Amino acid sequence: MSTNEKPSKKPGEVETTGHVWDSNLQEYNNPLPRWWLWGFYATVVFTVVYWILFPAWPIGGTFTKGLNTITFMDDGEEVTTHWNTRSLLARDMQTGRHAVRQREMLERVGAMEYDEILADVDAMSFVNAYAKGSFGTWCAACHQTGGAGVIGLYPNLRNDQWKWGGTVAQIEETLVLGRNGYMPGYRESLNSEQLDQVASYVLSMNGFDLDADAVAAGAEIFNGYLGGCYQCHGMDAQGLASLGAPNLSNNLWALVDVPGAANDEERVRRVAAFVHDGVQRVMPAFADRLSETEIKVLTAYVHSLGGGQ
Amino acid sequence: MSQSLFEARVPIHPRSVSGRFRNLKTGILVLAYGVFFLLPWLRWERETGPSQAVLFDIPNRQFYLFDLIVFAQDIFWLAGLLMIAALMLFFVTGLAGRVFCGYFCFQTLWTDVYMFLERRIQGERPARLRLAKQPWNAEKVLKLGATHASWLLVAFATGLGFVLYWADAPSMVVAFFTGEAANAAYITAGLLTLTTYTFAGLAREQVCTYMCPYARFQSVMFDRDTLIVSYDQERGEGPAGRAKPSRDLKTREERQKAGVGDCIDCGYCVQVCPTGIDIRDGLQIQCIHCALCIDACDQIMDKQGWPRGLIRYTSESALEGKKTRFLKLKTVGYGAAILVVTVLLALSIANRPDLDASVSQVRQPLFVQMADGSTQNSYEIALNNKTQHRLDLEIDVVGLEGALLDLGRVQEIVLDPSQRTTVLARVRYHAEPGDPARLPIGFEIRDRDGAMDPVRIDSQLSLRP
Repeated sequence: MSTNEKPSKKPGEVETTGHVWDSNLQEYNNPLPRWWLWGFYATVVFTVVYWILFPAWPIGGTFTKGLNTITFMDDGEEVTTHWNTRSLLARDMQTGRHAVRQREMLERVGAMEYDEILADVDAMSFVNAYAKGSFGTWCAACHQTGGAGVIGLYPNLRNDQWKWGGTVAQIEETLVLGRNGYMPGYRESLNSEQLDQVASYVLSMNGFDLDADAVAAGAEIFNGYLGGCYQCHGMDAQGLASLGAPNLSNNLWALVDVPGAANDEERVRRVAAFVHDGVQRVMPAFADRLSETEIKVLTAYVHSLGGGQ
Repeated sequence: MSQSLFEARVPIHPRSVSGRFRNLKTGILVLAYGVFFLLPWLRWERETGPSQAVLFDIPNRQFYLFDLIVFAQDIFWLAGLLMIAALMLFFVTGLAGRVFCGYFCFQTLWTDVYMFLERRIQGERPARLRLAKQPWNAEKVLKLGATHASWLLVAFATGLGFVLYWADAPSMVVAFFTGEAANAAYITAGLLTLTTYTFAGLAREQVCTYMCPYARFQSVMFDRDTLIVSYDQERGEGPAGRAKPSRDLKTREERQKAGVGDCIDCGYCVQVCPTGIDIRDGLQIQCIHCALCIDACDQIMDKQGWPRGLIRYTSESALEGKKTRFLKLKTVGYGAAILVVTVLLALSIANRPDLDASVSQVRQPLFVQMADGSTQNSYEIALNNKTQHRLDLEIDVVGLEGALLDLGRVQEIVLDPSQRTTVLARVRYHAEPGDPARLPIGFEIRDRDGAMDPVRIDSQLSLRP
């Protein structure tokens, strides 16, 4: 414990508290700087004002709500609640400057026809900025952020290969109704040699130089009764958008990883395996999930990605 | 026990003085106040945009300076401006001491105005000293109250005046007093009212002595040839020091015989000093070189009929009887640097393109193969019309033979003044066998009416990863 001496202050000395430990250990009594002290008092006053205006004190399971309120729209109804950051966010998303501007642009673009949107540089600028977000939310899980897809799984939206057609009407239909793509497997009807022959024929249409006999035999199967591939893909393999049958002659491969194969033998094997197995892929419908305007903006966006027709 | 580091402020009650430097300071003060308070009210005709000559439009990210419109991208000009300001400060400080402090600093200007008000209400120095000492009574309350009220009024005018630079001045004033203005306006005006009142009214010379960093580093930029406000000790004090003009020490001859100099120790130079120092003690950190002591001393010398200049602008070299050199490496160097930065800034402003254009290549994916065997890259071209008229633009891809530009169905790119937009562009190219993974390409943007010089922006075309 300290001993107590009378607080002393001689000229030129600093006042001490008068407590002395171990005979000579003392404590200065320096006053806080005045500005600091007043600053501190000001923060105390600020705190009290803050308690009155904002949610502050927990009381059991509840808390003091404060006098400050926020008014925002909740499902079309005006709600006034005590100040809180969630409502603040809700209000900003409804009445904030950028939210209002975005809504105006959305309404403007929503009221336009596709022809007008695609020809209007400002509308497309907005579509690009806005739909990037929507695309990220709804489409990117499969088609990837930039829309390049995944070979073997999800189509590339950046090139001009369209299974279901690349006009705005077709893209919109794809978005609204979804698509159900199906190609049967040929394991029952074609033997492995015939599968290789069909594969050789298909690859030959894409610029690959393969055994002429196999190609000729494959053409026979493709365009004949045995394979019947022409029924969907067309006699010249140009594809048929109404059935979701892709063009097989433009060297763009969405489902068979031909570009990743090392040599012709492997290419033939990959295509043949695909024909053997068949494929079924589904694009979900978004009619129930997205508004008309949002579908319109997304359609214009996908159309602009690289190969809109 | 150690010495306390705290020292309470000793109130300073400077006496007023008239003379050359006072007139110069008053002139600068009136000019500065005139510019600061009236500039936001100056109207300016523009093809589009606000009619205010000087307006810093933060929400729209545009600064209007007469016929120059500064966009957010041009903010590096501010760096040039600050460099010039700093170099000017160094230049003039090396040459003539703390000229900025003494004549131009707003702390000095506003303190001057506050002292003027103080004097008009409370009277000259003796009256103020008396008032400070006397107990609180009706007179003291009234006079001090009126002083502080007038200070607050000037402080508020300052705050409001500053706010007017950031919005249309007339409508801002109306909005401000009808409670319609933005919170930022009230907060800014309030903060400036508070700081102006505190700094110019209460803190005064303490700002210069303790708070201001410039005060410190200006002092270290002095050299022996820097013009500073100094007391000529050799002339002022003989071997016997300074002396009051008592009966036997009236004339210069008598004084020189008695071994005392020209300083009659009247203390006028000390009384007029706004920082409360004695210039006769030599160069001090507190001295802001306001030169009011020169005016005071000159008056006394005139009265005595002796030559002026016992306190004057002079250099240490000159006081030692040598010549003052103005052409120093430091001065020349700073002068050259000012010139270089000014020319660069002027060139940058003069050569600013009418159109701000930038291109970013889409990277997800970098490239795609198309059905016709070509490779396609996508780009986002951001455009900002910096002119005062409408631009009707067309875009071409340049720098690569065989590259085809596809803007989709967009036919017209029309930009109003200050309008921004992003053009989505695609470039298709049939790769040749020997092509590298990346080829340089450019976009040339022209106005269809030829209203601006073509702008070229460079990018690249990716063929392989």
